[in-house]
Amino acid sequence: MAQIEIKNVAKRFGSYQALHDINLTIQDQEFVVLLGASGCGKTTLLRIIAGLETATTGEVSIGGRRVDHLAPKDRGIAMVFQNYAVFPHLTVFENIGFGLRMQKLPNDEVKRRVERTAELMHIEQLLKRYSGELSGGQRQRVAVARALAMEPDVILMDEPLSNLDALLRMEMRAELKGVLAASNTTAIYVTHDQVEAMSMADRISVMHQGEIVQAASPIEVYRNPAAEFVAGFIGNPPMNFLPATPAGDGKWSVAGQVMDGPSSGKSLKFAIRPEDMRPADEGLTATARVVEPLGAHLLITCEVQGSMFRAVLDSDMSVKPGDQLTLAPQPDRMRWFDPDTTLAVA
Amino acid sequence: MNARLLPYVLILPVTLFLCLFFLYPFLLVSKQAFSTGAGFTLDNFREVTSYWKFPITMRNTLLLAAAVVPIQLALALLMATMVNRMQKGRDLVLYVWTIPLGISDLAAGIIWLAIFEQSGFLNSMMSGLGIVDKPVNLLTFQNPGIVFLAIMLAEIWRATAIMLVILVAGIGLIPKEYYEAAEVFGASPWKRFLRITLPLLRPSLQTALILRVILAFEIFAVVAALSGTLFPVLMGETYAYQFDLLNSGAAAAMALIILAISIAFTLIILRVLRVPKGATI
Repeated sequence: MAQIEIKNVAKRFGSYQALHDINLTIQDQEFVVLLGASGCGKTTLLRIIAGLETATTGEVSIGGRRVDHLAPKDRGIAMVFQNYAVFPHLTVFENIGFGLRMQKLPNDEVKRRVERTAELMHIEQLLKRYSGELSGGQRQRVAVARALAMEPDVILMDEPLSNLDALLRMEMRAELKGVLAASNTTAIYVTHDQVEAMSMADRISVMHQGEIVQAASPIEVYRNPAAEFVAGFIGNPPMNFLPATPAGDGKWSVAGQVMDGPSSGKSLKFAIRPEDMRPADEGLTATARVVEPLGAHLLITCEVQGSMFRAVLDSDMSVKPGDQLTLAPQPDRMRWFDPDTTLAVA
Repeated sequence: MNARLLPYVLILPVTLFLCLFFLYPFLLVSKQAFSTGAGFTLDNFREVTSYWKFPITMRNTLLLAAAVVPIQLALALLMATMVNRMQKGRDLVLYVWTIPLGISDLAAGIIWLAIFEQSGFLNSMMSGLGIVDKPVNLLTFQNPGIVFLAIMLAEIWRATAIMLVILVAGIGLIPKEYYEAAEVFGASPWKRFLRITLPLLRPSLQTALILRVILAFEIFAVVAALSGTLFPVLMGETYAYQFDLLNSGAAAAMALIILAISIAFTLIILRVLRVPKGATI
């Protein structure tokens, strides 16, 4: 059992507040992704959980045990580093077995575990090699194998795929997900890549400026972003925003169109995903500016009352720059945000 | 210019310089060592090695190197690790520690003579504290241990920094992530030093040790200043053959013997601290 509890964790580097009062509970065997742009504090939070950094205030518990004052090795964790940190002076075998050697396990046990994890990561033929003789992808596999060989309660990963090329990244993503699910460990995975986050996570914790903005399942984060930041960060292209003025009784005027919305007295922001619109007789009037055929879809960047607006339409439509479009948002996919708090309004 | 020729053209001046001022004199010395005027002979080597003082000078030189170099290595590693951990004032400390490097070895010998001689600082301090009644002459043939200790101290003080600067540069090149990985995977600070720092420092250790060991076999001025002739070393004998006995054939043979020892130790160091085939450090 390795439930992780992060309570009121804050971190300050001099006068810079890297983390503000973070609270997060991660269930046993859950795969949580910390997602955010660089500098949002996600790596700092991971390093605090690992024990490589000390929180200025707050508590971290793993499996019900306070670990903030324990050394990394006593926390029951293993870690995969962004640059792999595969020791160049040791063979792949000794790299994978490094932690086991430190625990002074008998030779045959080390051998058994190294061979098993090497097989799991498909690198059993590389055991005698040195890291300098491996490709980036193979090094990545060694780094993961080294973590798995520890049979840790928790495995921490700091942008483990960011140094791989796109094709390899996609392959490793699926493989890593499978291996981690089979290993029954709790996993925390830091990334700035939303596709990685969406495809791997049980739960995504979106971070922004040292705070967790939303922690929910990938589909929930995508469909119901809790804040404007999440709506603009997740999704490629991101959500569209338009100013909305109240037209009384739960009605809103958006770019000259009246729509049903929440009952609120002040101005809101209307938001809709580019793929959640259909060409129709009635709707938002848009002028196409750039048309990008993407094969399966047509990505159209247009203008709605002076605001940039994107729509993803079926690729058999014929749209040219300058064309007038009438786009109808799907009613159940419309979202509203308070411009003052930037939070979602139901 | 032809791109394939250019590198050779660029190293030509230094090659000529080395041939003229290093290789040529070296060949002359070798010729002197292997001849007594009439053809090839090993007489010079026979002469110097059969001299009664030769085993003593050889033993003294090796003993001194064996006593001094390991201490310097340990000290330099310790100092380099400390400097590497410093956040502020790192450069200042490094400058202060490397000051002795800027002093000639004879001057270093004289500084330590000023401490150990009969009217030196050590005696003034001891008599001031009432440990001795009157100043004692420490550096005499009755006290070979003290003479050896004084030479050791002077050498450690003078030449540790040459290893330090090489090791500081080497340690600075080891990525922090290796230490963090080792820490997460359960290595204590001492284990991290043994399993990460030392192996990854091998190239720097090689350079530092080779440089230091070669210099240790060439020790001369510090010994001359502190012990006169009480503690004869190889280089001192070479000097004596050349300038006191005016026997340049024997001096050349001594020089070649020192060179042979240096080469032998260099090969040993390269072998012991070699990077395994395939490993990239």
